[in-house]
Amino acid sequence: MSTPMPSEPWEEQEKDPAVKKFMYVNRRAPYGTIYALESLEVVLIAAAFEQDVSLVFLDDGVYQLKKGQDTKSIGMKNFSPTYRALEGYDVEKLYVEKESLWTRGLTEDDLVVPVQVVSREELRELMDQQEVILSF
Amino acid sequence: MTMLHTVNKSPFERRTLDSCLGHASKGSAILLLEDGIYGALKGTVVADKIKDATADHPIYVLGPDVRARGMSEDQVIEGVSVVDYEGFVDLVTSHDNVQSWL
Repeated sequence: MSTPMPSEPWEEQEKDPAVKKFMYVNRRAPYGTIYALESLEVVLIAAAFEQDVSLVFLDDGVYQLKKGQDTKSIGMKNFSPTYRALEGYDVEKLYVEKESLWTRGLTEDDLVVPVQVVSREELRELMDQQEVILSF
Repeated sequence: MTMLHTVNKSPFERRTLDSCLGHASKGSAILLLEDGIYGALKGTVVADKIKDATADHPIYVLGPDVRARGMSEDQVIEGVSVVDYEGFVDLVTSHDNVQSWL
């Protein structure tokens, strides 16, 4: 049996071997260090390359998504609204580790964007599926 | 000799808060700031540690750092006082020495 020819150019594009599964792992709280902001910058730049992108928030990284951040009195830019703009760059896979939320007394309702809350076990499987993992 | 201890690291990521609590003598003040403020919040797995410490130490948390991180003063553990930058300066000047647990 022969492989059917792709009938449309975009179907061909979907099988592009240049598309890889990228995962950005965010484990730091915002503002205390530059990691959270740097990660967000890299994600936004990389979004232009149309890769299969997942963002994971675990450990103190879950604090990056906390609602109600008001940075006026510390003289730093509040970058938390940017997480809501990720959808516009086709970055739609946002995972938050359930155990990390629980440890910090947080729930999904405390977060600025809709996310998929996953267990450590599920996250382990997701990580195993990736081709490129970038840690911040 | 009165000492003010400051802790600016998250208690979930570093052992800084534990080191501070283990070395601070009774009655010395502790100020939580920057990522250290996460230790001052209710409902976390480390909350009891700070609540217990309020029996031996006056404990303060820096309000601007609390608000920057999306937290409110209502979420601060009872017995922990919220101070602003002026309060920070007052704490520094009213103690003989400052030990920063970096």
